[in-house]
Amino acid sequence: MTRTGDVVVIGGGIHGCSTALHLALRGLKPILVEKDYAGRHASGVNAGGVRQLARDIAEIPLSISSMELWEHVQELVGDDCGFTAHGTVLVAESDAELASFKARVDDLRLRGFTHEELIGRDELKRLVPAVSDHCPGGVVSRRDGAADPFRSTQAFRKRAIEKGATVLEGVTVTGLARVGEVWRVETSDGAIEAPKVVNAAGAWADRIAAMLGEPVPLEVIAPMLMVTSRLPAFIRPVVILRGRKLSFKQLDNGTVVIGGGHLATPYRDRNETVIDWEKLSLSARTVWELFPVMRQATIVRAWAGIEASMPDGIPVVGPSGTSEGVYHQFGFSAHGFQLGPGTGAMMAELVATGATNVPIDGLDIGRFRSRFGDRIR
Amino acid sequence: MTRASDLASSYDLVVIGGGPAGLAAAATAARAGLTTVLFDENPGVGGQIYRGITANPIRNRAILGDDYWAGAALAAEAKASGASIVTGATVWSLDRTLGVGVSIAGQARLIQARRVIIATGSLERPFAVPGWTLPGVMTAGAAQTALKAQGLVPNGRTVLAGSGPLLWLLAAQMLRAGARLEAVFDTTPRGNWLRAALHLPDFLLSPYLAKGLALVREVKAKVRVRPAREIAAVGTDKLREVVVDGRRIPADLLLLHQGVVPNVNTAIAAGVAHRWHARQLCFVPVLDADFQSSVPGIAVAGDGAGIAGGTAAAERGRIAAIAAVRALAPNARVPDPQGARQRLQREEMGRAFLDELYRPPVALRRPEGDTIVCRCEEVTAKQIRETARLGCEGPNQMKAFLRCGMGPCQGRLCGLTVTELIAEERGRTPGDVGYYRLRPPIKPITLAELASLPISEAERKAVER
Repeated sequence: MTRTGDVVVIGGGIHGCSTALHLALRGLKPILVEKDYAGRHASGVNAGGVRQLARDIAEIPLSISSMELWEHVQELVGDDCGFTAHGTVLVAESDAELASFKARVDDLRLRGFTHEELIGRDELKRLVPAVSDHCPGGVVSRRDGAADPFRSTQAFRKRAIEKGATVLEGVTVTGLARVGEVWRVETSDGAIEAPKVVNAAGAWADRIAAMLGEPVPLEVIAPMLMVTSRLPAFIRPVVILRGRKLSFKQLDNGTVVIGGGHLATPYRDRNETVIDWEKLSLSARTVWELFPVMRQATIVRAWAGIEASMPDGIPVVGPSGTSEGVYHQFGFSAHGFQLGPGTGAMMAELVATGATNVPIDGLDIGRFRSRFGDRIR
Repeated sequence: MTRASDLASSYDLVVIGGGPAGLAAAATAARAGLTTVLFDENPGVGGQIYRGITANPIRNRAILGDDYWAGAALAAEAKASGASIVTGATVWSLDRTLGVGVSIAGQARLIQARRVIIATGSLERPFAVPGWTLPGVMTAGAAQTALKAQGLVPNGRTVLAGSGPLLWLLAAQMLRAGARLEAVFDTTPRGNWLRAALHLPDFLLSPYLAKGLALVREVKAKVRVRPAREIAAVGTDKLREVVVDGRRIPADLLLLHQGVVPNVNTAIAAGVAHRWHARQLCFVPVLDADFQSSVPGIAVAGDGAGIAGGTAAAERGRIAAIAAVRALAPNARVPDPQGARQRLQREEMGRAFLDELYRPPVALRRPEGDTIVCRCEEVTAKQIRETARLGCEGPNQMKAFLRCGMGPCQGRLCGLTVTELIAEERGRTPGDVGYYRLRPPIKPITLAELASLPISEAERKAVER
């Protein structure tokens, strides 16, 4: 049996689910294909940071558009997704670091972005009383926050289905070919034909791109996280560092999620990761120094989600360079969760109308063409 | 006392767990010349069955019985073999590259193994009856631990409820030690006898028959034993009454037990493939005849490979260790495993009968209503059933909705119940529904312990830019 639809969305992460939802909201009939289940990988097990702070200039418009959707996520998907907005604070550990943060904030102001705000020692202490005294200040993005990643991804999936999307889970894409006016997507559960395809396959997106003769230098990564047992509430914003890798957040239930980008070894063909405890030990030492209150905390779990990272650390978003009707939405390089709602809305607009109002300059797949050669067959 | 800093950075064989399987494996491998370390988190080796064997406070050997004291020979054999036996050592990580994370007295180390034998034994099957989380309700195994390790018996009004060979053994041991039992409630369904009878011929040939009958007779001579279908613990601040099929019995302590199941946490966290064992109603690792798992270099021996008892565990440990020696040192002298295989077969003969006879009834495996299933996160049976009915297909998705299994016990107390409840609600088999994906640390470690891990200079330079 060959299924037919308007758009095949490959990948059931927050991006694929969001794109499917927004396509359905536009009256199109998307068919989402997910090899495991929605939110199985990075989208379901990331730190849950909903952050505009410290983003690459090229993705700030997407991030800002996404933030508006997060702030109204209940209306969008019928679930609050556990979203809370207590801000994100980038903590400076030295005066030199604070000076570099100031330069960045000033640069953003010149470009018209005001979401990042420089703060001194007093405001830092007010926002994050538990932080160690050696920190002279930082940057805050006050509308930022955090959400429950698996619940969010599932909520987008559920609402997409309610709005008419088909979601096929446990189904793997095995081939992709242009047949006349449509794309024929071969899967482990039969073929699907549709005029448009969105590649939101995360850590597996390079394989989809390769089927189009469009190789990309995607690196499979697995950023590690660990969580503590419950502690008395002591911190509300998400805290991140620049010099040392750390992100730090206390959930409403008192557990503290510690991340920051140290990597596990991914085995993407087995859906497995192997934790690098030496690197997590570095995170533990950083927390030890920054938050003395945490010293006797117990680590209950460590894990890593498999995802895609690009050499320049920003995603691939936009039309394929080789294949009419195919669009890419992958490579979010360990910071794609917040971008999911907005990028899905932008992608649905792009697919449906051929253009979008949200600037995505600099995210085109074409930026890798010179390195990898045009149209390798 | 071995300190973390005394450990080598690598060993030919790391054995996790110092029960009969681990002791036999370590002894066999070390005698054949493998550099072998055995880690056990308790103060002494022995595992649950031979708990406290090297320093037991109980002088009267009859209390724990001859089978218990047989463990002393195994402990002595392991000690004499040249293996490093490290107690008070918690293994908190094992992965498919055979990296082992271990903590001793608050100091953590990472160790590289060439082979690993997981011998982490069994756990008591969850027994989630109403009120089981009240103070005053314990597992029978916990009471046995107190008896073996500290020579303690309960002094209040004690009620024992459940089924299985160990229930009878514990009752007998407690009575010999002078405990007073108000009653023993046997929840074994009468209908089980019919299915068990098919396996009776094998059981008659196994060593369990005479021992088992003698234990049951011994207990029945001293205490009232009644059949029971429904058990509930009642009390607000602590246990006040046990309600059995509507009858109320005032009690200070309720001991629950309905069999043991493999402790799968270490193996699952290491990526070892598991399957549902329909007769034992639990997940067991997929193993070959040498107890080697789906992860190259990792074997699982003892009750962790499927419940078969302490004597079988030791034979499995020997077989797994012989395979490790043959892989790493083909010229080393090891015993022919054939002898161990034959002894193992004899031990395993009566198992099907016991499994069928003591198969816990559905009503005591799959609770309803407000009965707590996940104790750490206080999740009820009703919540799990409703979430499954709304479309949640497995325990891992359930974690995200209800947080069940995400507390410090890592699903040890709720995993099988959650799988069975989801399977029932969704009309699928427990094997299809699967088990929690377990994340390290297998046992919680403190931030301070993790920060104590020595870090190579190269690692430090690579990550601190």
